Amino acid sequence: MTKSLTLPDTERDHVSGSVKGAIKLLEYGDYECPFCADAQPIVKEIQRRLGDDLLFAFRHFPLINIHPHSEHAAEAAEAAGAQENFWGMHDLLFENQSALEDQDLVAYAGELSLDETRLIREVTSSVYALRIREDFKSGVRGGVNGTPTFFINGERYDGPRDVGHFLEALSKQTVEK
Amino acid sequence: MSETEIALPAIRTSPASQNCSTFFNRTNASQLLDDTATMIPQTNVYRSVLGAGRQAPEFTLQCTPDQTVSLNEFRGRPVVLAFYPADFSPVCGDQMALYNEMLNEFQEFEAELVGLSVDGAWCHAAFAKQNKLHFPLLADFEPKGAVARSYGVYDEKDGTCERALFVIDRDGVIRWSYVSPIGVNPGANGILSALEDLQTKSETTDAAK
Repeated sequence: MTKSLTLPDTERDHVSGSVKGAIKLLEYGDYECPFCADAQPIVKEIQRRLGDDLLFAFRHFPLINIHPHSEHAAEAAEAAGAQENFWGMHDLLFENQSALEDQDLVAYAGELSLDETRLIREVTSSVYALRIREDFKSGVRGGVNGTPTFFINGERYDGPRDVGHFLEALSKQTVEK
Repeated sequence: MSETEIALPAIRTSPASQNCSTFFNRTNASQLLDDTATMIPQTNVYRSVLGAGRQAPEFTLQCTPDQTVSLNEFRGRPVVLAFYPADFSPVCGDQMALYNEMLNEFQEFEAELVGLSVDGAWCHAAFAKQNKLHFPLLADFEPKGAVARSYGVYDEKDGTCERALFVIDRDGVIRWSYVSPIGVNPGANGILSALEDLQTKSETTDAAK
């Protein structure tokens, strides 16, 4: 598989951190996946510690049959992104994983001072379905077999998902650069 | 490809051990087994997995407590066989859940996906219901593991199927096979690549006619 598939695409992906950062961390995740929610504070801590050395990107990998709310949640993140606040919604969705009904999504839009009517209209009419599917397909072709799956500078990270191991793997990248 | 080609001395060569190391490294999910020789991951046991070019052994298995499915019913369409060790075991839950999300992609190739394990039809029904699976799970249950054996992917020690994938073409010939370490979800990339190859080859053949 081409390496670029598993590297953040700053033109297309939702990215956080510095575009000039030497370390590129890409996550494929599902807002209703408990393991992804567990990984969320770890990602936050890594972002805090690495600062401008890190570029973080998130792509959707919803397993909609076993996680019935995951599709609308991903749509909500995209819809918030269209109103310039992808990451605000992203965080709220993971923090409130047990409350992902449509009315909850509306409430989170309100909390973020977004246009709630527009957001829920886009969510319920699956405006971003194609993009979410693109994310999913790119994941499958890149070697994502479940969630969360992380890629560090294009290479799949299969190690333990705790801050220490993550930082160790990430710092190797800094040394190699 | 004749049976004599899979004699043991031929297997104990470096290509086989390279296959083995790629299994251990978990890096090459689309490892092509174009011969029948491989080593069971995480053991020192050699075995013969049916590889590309072999006729897929015919079978008829229960897909529900009161229905059966035969491989030849799929003739004219590519078939993906996904052998897995057991219903409800942690990794294959993920693996089957992943394939369940990809039925549209498989359909783009007109391919049929079936899962197979030694679990009985009632167990499969409960597993499929829990995970909302929309493809058939076949019970290689009686005689236990007979189909897995015929494909060379029965684990005698554990009494289960190995985690193995086969892509079979429209004429019932195996075009790709892969055995994953038991605890590793092989994903779907290898299957999609094999289906793409099939499509390219059949287009080339059609054009040549």
